Amino acid sequence: MTSNQGALSLFAAQCRRDLRLSLRRRGDIAQPILFAIMVITLFTLATSAEPKKLAELAPGIIWVAILLSSLLSLDAIYRSDFEDGSLEQMLMSPAPLALLIGARILVHWLSAVMPLVVLTPLFAQMLFLPSDLLAPLMISLLVGTPLISLVGAVIAALTVGIRHSGMLLALLALPLYVPILVFGAGAVVAASQGFAWLGAISLLGAGLVIAIVLAPVAAAAAIKISLT
Amino acid sequence: MKALIIWFNTTGSPPNFERYAARWIPIWFVLAFVCLLIGTAGGLFMVPADSKQGEIFRIIYIHVPAAWMSLFVFIVMAAQAFIALVWRIKICEILTIACAHIGLMFTAVTLITGSIWGKPTWGAWWTWDPRLTSELVLLFIYLGIIGLYNAIEDRRSAARAAAFLVLIGLINVPIVHFSVTWWNTLHQGETIRIVGESKMATELMWPLIVMTLATKFWFLGSVLQRARTMNLAHEANKDWAKKLAESKQ
Amino acid sequence: MNDFSANSLVLEVKQLSYFRNEEKIFGPINFSLSGGNALLVTGDNGSGKTTLLRVLSGLLKAQSGEITVSKPGQTYSDLSHACAYLAHKPGHKAELSCIENLEYLQAIFDNVKPELIEPALAKVGLSGYEDTPAKQLSAGQNKRLGLARVLLSHSPCWLLDEPYANLDLQGIELVNQLIREQTGRGGAVLLTTHGAYAAPAVPCQTLVLANSRAEQ
Repeated sequence: MTSNQGALSLFAAQCRRDLRLSLRRRGDIAQPILFAIMVITLFTLATSAEPKKLAELAPGIIWVAILLSSLLSLDAIYRSDFEDGSLEQMLMSPAPLALLIGARILVHWLSAVMPLVVLTPLFAQMLFLPSDLLAPLMISLLVGTPLISLVGAVIAALTVGIRHSGMLLALLALPLYVPILVFGAGAVVAASQGFAWLGAISLLGAGLVIAIVLAPVAAAAAIKISLT
Repeated sequence: MKALIIWFNTTGSPPNFERYAARWIPIWFVLAFVCLLIGTAGGLFMVPADSKQGEIFRIIYIHVPAAWMSLFVFIVMAAQAFIALVWRIKICEILTIACAHIGLMFTAVTLITGSIWGKPTWGAWWTWDPRLTSELVLLFIYLGIIGLYNAIEDRRSAARAAAFLVLIGLINVPIVHFSVTWWNTLHQGETIRIVGESKMATELMWPLIVMTLATKFWFLGSVLQRARTMNLAHEANKDWAKKLAESKQ
Repeated sequence: MNDFSANSLVLEVKQLSYFRNEEKIFGPINFSLSGGNALLVTGDNGSGKTTLLRVLSGLLKAQSGEITVSKPGQTYSDLSHACAYLAHKPGHKAELSCIENLEYLQAIFDNVKPELIEPALAKVGLSGYEDTPAKQLSAGQNKRLGLARVLLSHSPCWLLDEPYANLDLQGIELVNQLIREQTGRGGAVLLTTHGAYAAPAVPCQTLVLANSRAEQ
C-alpha cells in the first residue's frame, strides 16, 4: 500500500508533530538536563571533591550520567502515544511505521539527549576533565548517544503496553548499552592513556549506521508485537 | 527433511508433546545422573590435584561445562525463538521460555563457581575478568527475557515479545564479549584468566567430557520437564488435558 | 461530499472467534455488511464488542474464522487501511490544537486536503475551537474532534466504538446525522453501544454479543 506522498513529507509531518509536542512539554527538555547534573553532583558528594580524583573518573561519570538520563527519558518515548491512542492511528495508517518511528526517535534524541551533549563542556568543567580530553569525549557522545536512543527505542517498543515498565526497560536495555558505553567511554580512557582512540569511535560509528537503518524497522516490528 | 518437518509438526501439538515429554524426561535424567556420578567421582577423586592451585581447581569440572551450557542453551533458545516468531508454533514459544530459565540457572552456576574458584586462587570473590563480566551481562540478558515474558499478560504476545528480545540478545552476546575483552586491554592491571594458560593434560580431560555430557542430558531433561508443565498449565481447559488429569486420579 | 458507490466495500465475517490466554472473548460470529448499511453491535460490558472492532480493524488477529473485505478489484483480510476507527482513546494529542491534530492525521493517512479541515470542525460543532489545544476541550468536545477525524478520513467504512459516550443530546444527534450521511453516500458503519443510548435512526442490522455467544 503506497502513499501518494513521498517518504520525506511523511517523515517531515511526523517530525513537525513531535517537535511541537516536545516544545510544549517544557519538562521533556529540562528534566534530563537536571537529572544528569544531579547524578554528577551526587557522585562528587559521595566520593571526593579532589580535582585529580574526579578528573580521572570524569569521562565515565559523564557517560553514565548521560546514559542514565537517556534511559529515563526513553521510558516515555511511546507512552503518551500509546495512552491517547495515537500509536494505534499510526499503526492503522498507510504510512510505513518504521518511517514514523524513525522520525520519533530523531526528535527524541534532539530534544532529550542532544542538549546534554551540548552541555558536556559544562559537565567536564564540573569534574575537572583535562581539556585535551574534551574533544574525544564530545565526539564519543555525538556518535554514541544517537545509538543509545536508537537501541533504547527498540527496547521501549517491546515494553510499550506494560504498566510501570521503567525498571524493566532499564534491565532490558542494560546488556545492549554495555558495548556502547564500553567503546564510548573507553575511547576517552584510551585517549587519556595515549592510545589510539579513533578505532573505538569508528566501531561506534559503524554500529550507528547499522542502527539508523535497522532500529526503526525493529522498533516498528516490536510495536506491532506489543500492541496485538 | 520432509520427515523431519512432519515429525516436528506432530510432536509439536500439545497432547503429543505431553506424551513425548512424559516418555523422554526420565531417560534424560537417568543418563544425566549416571554421567554426573562418573564425572564427579572422576573429578574429585581420580584426577590428581593441580600443582599451582591445589584442590580448588576441581571446580573447573562444574564451572566449565556450566559456562559452555549457558551459551549453548542461548543458541538453542534463539532457534526456538526464531521458529516461534516466524511460524507461531505454541510449543516453540513454550520451549523458548523454558530454555531461558534453564540457561539462567547455568549462568548463575557459572558465576557462583567462578566466584568460589576466584577467592582462594586470586583473593577476591569477584574479578572483572572479561569472561566473568560477559557472563554477568548474559545473566542480565536471561533475566530480561524472563522478566519481559512475565510482565505481559497475554501469554502469546508475551512469548512473541520475549522471542524478539532473544534474537536481539543473540546478536548482542558476541558484541558484548568483544567489547568487554577490548575494555580489559585498556586497563594495565593483572590479566586474570579463569582458565589457566596451561592446556589441560589428557588425563585431566575425561571428567570434563563426562560432565559436559551430563549437563547436556540434564538440560534436555530439565527443558522438557519445564515445557511439559507449562504446556499442561496453558492447555488446562482443553478436553485432552482434563481427561489426562482424571485418568491420573 | 464523495460517493462511495463506485468504491464501496463488502465486509464478510465467517465463524470469527477470538481467544485470549485460551479463554474465548467472542465467537463464532457471522455477518455481512455492505456499503450503504450500518451494523449495530450491542451487548453488556465485557461481551467483547471492543475486541471485535479491534479484530475487524486489523489491530488484533483472530484465532479462527475468516474476514473478507472486498473492494472493486481487490480483496483484503481485514479493514486496515480501509477504515476509520474511533475508539475510547481519543487518537489525537492533548497538547496540539484541533487544526494541528487534523493536519497531522491527514498527513499520515495520505489525505492531505487542508481546505477541508475547518468545514469539518464546523460540522462537528467545534468552530471557534480550531486553535485550542485538545487538553482544554471537554470530554465531549474531544469526542467531536474524533468525529471530525473520522469525517475527514473519507473512509468507506467507519468503526465506531461507543460513539455516544461523553456526548450531550446534541452530540448524540450529531453522531446519528453523520452516520445517516455516511450510509447515504454508500459508506458502511459499524458501531457498538451497550444499549443505554438510542440507536441511530438508520436502517441497521443488529448483532448482539453475550458472553461469547452471538445471535443475529
